[in-house]
Amino acid sequence: MDKFETLTGVAAPLPMINVDTDMIIPKQFLKTIKRTGLGKSLFFEMRYDEAGKEIPDFVLNRPAYRNAKVLVAGENFGCGSSREHAPWSILDFGIRCVIAPGFADIFYNNCFKNGILPIKLPQETCDKLMKAAENGANATFTVDLAAQEITTPDGEKVAFDVDPFRKHCLLNGLDDIGLTLVKKTKIDTYETARKTAQPWV
Amino acid sequence: MTTAPRTLFDKIWESHLVDRQEDGTCLIYIDRHMVHEVTSPQAFEGLAMAGRKVHRPEQTLAVADHNVPTTDRSKGIADPESRTQVETLEANGKAFGIRVFSMDDMRQGVVHIVGPEQGFTLPGMTIVCGDSHTATHGAFGSLAFGIGTSEVEHVLATQTLVQAPAKNMLVRIDGKLPKGATAKDIVLKIIGTLGTAGGTGYVIEYAGEAIRNLSMEGRMTVCNMTIEAGARAGLIAPDETTFAYVKGRPMGPKDADFDKAVAYWKTLHTDPGAHFDATVVIDAATIVPQVTWGTSPEDVVEITGRVPDPKDARDEAKAKAMQRSLEYMGLTAGQPMEDVAIDRVFIGSCTNGRIEDLRAAASIAKGRTVAATVKAMVVPGSGLVKQQAEAEGLDKIFTAAGFEWREPGCSMCLAMNADKLSPGERCASTSNRNFEGRQGRGGRTHLVSPEIAAASAITGRLTDARKFQD
Repeated sequence: MDKFETLTGVAAPLPMINVDTDMIIPKQFLKTIKRTGLGKSLFFEMRYDEAGKEIPDFVLNRPAYRNAKVLVAGENFGCGSSREHAPWSILDFGIRCVIAPGFADIFYNNCFKNGILPIKLPQETCDKLMKAAENGANATFTVDLAAQEITTPDGEKVAFDVDPFRKHCLLNGLDDIGLTLVKKTKIDTYETARKTAQPWV
Repeated sequence: MTTAPRTLFDKIWESHLVDRQEDGTCLIYIDRHMVHEVTSPQAFEGLAMAGRKVHRPEQTLAVADHNVPTTDRSKGIADPESRTQVETLEANGKAFGIRVFSMDDMRQGVVHIVGPEQGFTLPGMTIVCGDSHTATHGAFGSLAFGIGTSEVEHVLATQTLVQAPAKNMLVRIDGKLPKGATAKDIVLKIIGTLGTAGGTGYVIEYAGEAIRNLSMEGRMTVCNMTIEAGARAGLIAPDETTFAYVKGRPMGPKDADFDKAVAYWKTLHTDPGAHFDATVVIDAATIVPQVTWGTSPEDVVEITGRVPDPKDARDEAKAKAMQRSLEYMGLTAGQPMEDVAIDRVFIGSCTNGRIEDLRAAASIAKGRTVAATVKAMVVPGSGLVKQQAEAEGLDKIFTAAGFEWREPGCSMCLAMNADKLSPGERCASTSNRNFEGRQGRGGRTHLVSPEIAAASAITGRLTDARKFQD
């Protein structure tokens, strides 16, 4: 996993609530056995018409947002399935930070496993950031994870919360499995005790 | 020493703690892991690349369900990508020593139907799968939730997960259900009440007389859609109904082990006075058959009701979402739900693909005929459900009425195989999600119980099944 330290880029506004994982990446793209190459299919049904042509109005098709690195969205972003293809497609497009008033639990968790920072902020703050994002290519945001701070295009600083352990892993690009395997003795001890107490498990 | 009263969730959580870091992050032990072909290939690839093994292969069970055809399987899978995924699962099973129920195995089916059926799912366990509907298994009083592929890899490698504890929510359904209301109606009503993000950050425990009175099948239907209310896991305390279901299952405990297990399972309930961070009480008497009108599972209305008006939305964002839903669904505010004509009916899925669901649908279909304008299909949740249904003659009832009788799998719940809606087609579906494009691009989904799905197939319109019941 790539480290996440600071990120500077254009933020794309997606003012919709309940953006679900089927919208982020529809099922036909879940047939891959790879993690990569999903960026072109991100938001497929909103982004392309039935003939496969770009829908010019969709935010990521507008010239200003084609290289967006941040996404600002409405409440309950990422609801629905557990498919990690959702964060994979976001990452592959080039977006590494999603800002919303709320996220679905599984999606939120999946982001951290892939070097994407999901930031939860109050509705009013998100509304302000959404407005700033609507300014397009001139609206560059900077997200500083160490300082837990977003700098908006007009220089305003917005503080955000993040779980300290997740922050640590993201800042250092740490591999979860490697960290857990250090605790192997504890896992073995647990298994031994359980075998005695609950032999049916 | 007395311990503070604990919730069922607290008890399961604490009994699975391997380690707690100073910052509160926990390492929890995972008893059972199920994998299917869609969310596992990248996890196995990750293991192989790092040269890691599966820590406890016997605690993982693999079954292909999302991509499998529901028509004749003797010729294999036509779609090359789907075929590759299913073959990859089989190959990974072999390479890593994991049991796989292959497509031609009688036990194959939707993973969340297979686990309970085999006794792989047991009370008090932690159960995960790279699939959000893992919540289903909470019906047994096990902590079961969906995970992403990175976590699938983590479980394979370590049999644990790094997690922060969830908050506790109690959803109590007091009293008895009115005639004609089902488990599906209970859960749709709950989602409509909580909203699709209402359960975010929580584990929901379902309790109350109406929940207690449900069969295991009904409890699974309720727990299954917990994720549609935003909560990763739903729980129902195990009781005699649970023990009777589990007894004698092939992978469950036998003889003395079973008795020992039951003694332990009986301790798995919320203690009186335990703290819940949120409590929601619904009077069962208010639960009438439900149907969704929009593109979020929270968009529920009574089958006898009308399409709501965005003007009555709770806020501007919801009004905008409702407007978009109405346009997508091709509906008008104020239109009676029972006036809505349908093209397709899908009976099946991990929500409603169990034997009781098929019995319920068949009781409506019996002696009646599917409307000429409707194409209806029944997809059993597993090979064993199919076998049981055929032994009871349900397949004959369905085919005589004009329903298609298919092979088991996820099918048109998410349309990854060949079963999908065409743009603009409208479907009464017993599945769990009505998202835009879920059942096929441009497809329009109305989530309903098996009874309503069957009744709607007969009339060609969304129909209150109580009309067909004595």
